[in-house]
Amino acid sequence: MLGAVLLGFLFSLFLVFAGSYFRGKLAVLSSLIPLSLFIYFLTFLPEIANGKVIYENYEWIPSFGVNLSFTLDGLALLFALMITGVGSLVFLYTSAYLKDHKYLDRFYGYLSMFMAAMLGLVLSDNIMSLFIFWELTSISSFYLIGFNNDKADSRKSALTALGITGIGGLLLLGGAVLLGDVAGTYRISEMVMMRDVITDSSHYLLILLLIFAAAFTKSAQFPFHFWLPGAMKAPTPVSTYLHSATMVKAGIYLLFRMTPILNGDDIWHTILIVVGAVTMVYSAIHIIFRTDLKGILAYSTISALGILVFLIGIGTQAALVAAAVFIVVHALYKASLFLITGIIDHETGTRDVTQLSGLRKVLLPVAIAGFIAALISGGVPPTLGFVGKDLIYEATLHFKDAAIFLTVLAILTKILLFYGGFVAGVKPFMGKLPQKFEKLHLPSPLMWMPPLIMTFAGIVFGIFPGLIETAFAKPIAMTQVIEFEEFHLKLWHGFNTVLGLSAITITIGVILYFTLKPKHNLENAIARLDVIAPKDLTLKLSEGFAEFSRLWTNFFQTGYLRHYISVIVAFLILLLGYLIFSDFSLTLDFSTLADLTIYEISILLMLLMGVLYTVFTKSRLAAVAALGVVGLSFSLLFLFYSAPDLAMTQFSVDTLTVILFVLVLYKLPKYLNFSNKWLRIKHGVLSVSFGILITLLILRVLKEPKNAEITEFYAENAYKLAHGKNVVNVILVDFRGIDTMIEISVLIVAALGVFGLLKLRLKTRDKK
Amino acid sequence: MRTIILKSASSYLLPVLLLFSVFILLRGHYLPGGGFVGGLVAAIAFVLDAFSNGLDKTKGILKFHPGFLMPVGLMVAFLSGISPMILADLPMMTGIWAENPIPVIGALGSPLFFDIGVYLVVIGSALTIIFTISESV
Amino acid sequence: MEIILAIITGVLYASGIYMILRRSMVKFILGIILLGNGVNLLIFTLGRITKGEPPIIDSAEKVLEGVYADPIPQALILTAIVISFGLQAFAIILVKRAYKVLKTDDLDQLNTTDEDS
Repeated sequence: MLGAVLLGFLFSLFLVFAGSYFRGKLAVLSSLIPLSLFIYFLTFLPEIANGKVIYENYEWIPSFGVNLSFTLDGLALLFALMITGVGSLVFLYTSAYLKDHKYLDRFYGYLSMFMAAMLGLVLSDNIMSLFIFWELTSISSFYLIGFNNDKADSRKSALTALGITGIGGLLLLGGAVLLGDVAGTYRISEMVMMRDVITDSSHYLLILLLIFAAAFTKSAQFPFHFWLPGAMKAPTPVSTYLHSATMVKAGIYLLFRMTPILNGDDIWHTILIVVGAVTMVYSAIHIIFRTDLKGILAYSTISALGILVFLIGIGTQAALVAAAVFIVVHALYKASLFLITGIIDHETGTRDVTQLSGLRKVLLPVAIAGFIAALISGGVPPTLGFVGKDLIYEATLHFKDAAIFLTVLAILTKILLFYGGFVAGVKPFMGKLPQKFEKLHLPSPLMWMPPLIMTFAGIVFGIFPGLIETAFAKPIAMTQVIEFEEFHLKLWHGFNTVLGLSAITITIGVILYFTLKPKHNLENAIARLDVIAPKDLTLKLSEGFAEFSRLWTNFFQTGYLRHYISVIVAFLILLLGYLIFSDFSLTLDFSTLADLTIYEISILLMLLMGVLYTVFTKSRLAAVAALGVVGLSFSLLFLFYSAPDLAMTQFSVDTLTVILFVLVLYKLPKYLNFSNKWLRIKHGVLSVSFGILITLLILRVLKEPKNAEITEFYAENAYKLAHGKNVVNVILVDFRGIDTMIEISVLIVAALGVFGLLKLRLKTRDKK
Repeated sequence: MRTIILKSASSYLLPVLLLFSVFILLRGHYLPGGGFVGGLVAAIAFVLDAFSNGLDKTKGILKFHPGFLMPVGLMVAFLSGISPMILADLPMMTGIWAENPIPVIGALGSPLFFDIGVYLVVIGSALTIIFTISESV
Repeated sequence: MEIILAIITGVLYASGIYMILRRSMVKFILGIILLGNGVNLLIFTLGRITKGEPPIIDSAEKVLEGVYADPIPQALILTAIVISFGLQAFAIILVKRAYKVLKTDDLDQLNTTDEDS
């Protein structure tokens, strides 16, 4: 399974080097990658259908409990097949849709990277690796959404999407760490057994909220939904793949995975039902006001995701089975509708539904696919959509609280989704064909075959719902539901309430389709409300942030070195000064001064004069000479205070430094007096107070007793362990040898830096 | 700087100073000295020679670019560091010692080779810096 | 004795900081060197000072005993001195190179990353 996950990454890496070959006709071949993965995962189908769960574990960072463990159960298999299956079709479609695009190889690279990340996400058994793959999907989707990176709003949408899903990712990390901490394991399959510990934990609510926030941002739930319509700026294959079948379902997947772990409290149900219901109704209503085909699909996608969250919130076995089936249904019809929209856009150059009509005359196979997709979306028998819709009503009707209310909400949403599906899938093909579209040709089969395949699959599964039942519904129910009950999926249930509700839904949907026409003035009307929509509020907030950080940055980042240093020094003076003076007890012991010999006094005086002369002289040569005096005084000082090694080293280095300065001195700029008197006084005060502070600090520290433990160890063992009698040298070459090795490496780096600065000429300058 | 005294003295000074630097290096484990100081003294010896006889002549004596001493020295230090792992299956940087001390140098062990590595790196870096600068002035 | 060394360390820090705050690049380098010396002296003083007792074991002894200077600060400072040589060399050459390319010695004119301003 590791290979299966890595394949996509390897392919995108491969494209970096061999991309130019995949730009032309060979592009079609890249769809072999998802196709082979699809077949690979299909081979697991019989085993999984028998209720088996496959684990694979690879050590990654065992010390943190982060392993690359994969699990393949019904849920993971459903998603894996969806990712690779829809992926294969999207890859095929892209080769025609973006034919001869300059960056087609790059697109495939991003796409396969995304696919691999998504596979990793659904297969991960370790919540940490799940998080990593989660972030990878955010990042790769950023590239995909912003693929038309020469357009400003494309970049902006990509950033918004990355921002929202990125925040979600961070919250997921928080939730994951907490969850791992509470459960004592990062393996999801082990967390299931710790369910009681987790639900009883005091962190339970926090974990829940973090996981929810992650899932809601990824799956575009209200009020984070707005990135999804924005992300429609992406090329259509991206919208198809990311925003119908895969990425937005990652949040749903997470909730599904967490169901057996966290589903224990009313709060789980309440939050999910409320958020899901608000999302599904809110965005379903939005569909009426849209005229852009992709806009309609975007909002109907959000609505569908709302339904899924809502169903997971209900959390009964019937609801979860309904959700699982609806995931398949949605992937099939929504991906098809997106692809169809892409074809229409590609051929006619517009996605405005008010201008499109009669296209069946020129794009017949596409029209067929669109019609079937609309049927699946509307839940008309005998498609799988009908089965899905029935299951949803079944689930809401039998929920313990407010069953009627929830059912009404579900029906309302379903009616509007019916309408949306028909507007997107049927309306462009009906009516009179405008003149300007008469010369259209049917595009390459690579483009219209994928939606046809998917919609036919929708009918086949509808007629034989048993296929879905054994392959996914049962295995998922068995692993995700605590008390599993036997059940069967059927197309025909006989005459009962649910059938009546279905009939109502379809009837009202049809009436709505024929009475309500998408109009621009409706869209403009709702645009006025955007001011209070979450999107604008969030954007304003982020703009405010940007503005604030710009002001803040400009205040501190002036670009003048001395400002930075002044700020740092002033801050240190304030902080350390406060610390020292808040606990100030300094008794100076002047008695030791009596021991001063004349040699010491003269050395110190020499040192002091050298320093002052370096600072105040107006001549560069004098300053360098004075600096040499400082160095020499230092080496005498070291010699005097029992550090012969230091004295020797300081002396040699001092010699070399002076030579160095003399060599380059006349190539260096002359001293110039830049600053005025006030600035010098200001800097003088600042530096003198810092000097005083350091003096006080030293005196304060000297009052503390010295910890000589390490010193004693070295004194004790220098000869015994290291056969050396010069303890300083023993420390350098033996006890702390690795430090020394790194230090000489630093020296080498400095030498290479000098060599490079002088010997190598910067290329850009040579060109000038 | 090119006085006759310095010029005639330097031909004797260079070998003497180099010998002195090796002496400082070797005695470092027992008395003040060691690779750092030794290397610096050797570098000063070469720089002095360059001042009196000209840079090209000094380079002629060296035969190779002093920069090569840096990787060589680092390699020596590194090998002496890992030698306990290879030779005696001990942790890295454990000192291993020859049985019998050698006259003048004293006990012979991996830390001594480490110090020699330091010595070479210091000579290499210091000379690279100074030579590069004097060439390009 | 420590009092005087503490004061001198303070002087070194003050003059180092003052020089770093100048606009001239050469003064800036001198400031860094002074500050480096100040740090060395700080470490040295904090290790307590001892006169005439280097941390070297007598040829007859096997263990360092009695009064001796602390070898740890010395080991720290020794490498610091050598590395500060590398740093100084690099800084000097950087200044020289910057002066040659940009024709200015004024740090205030180096406040942008753009090449042509």
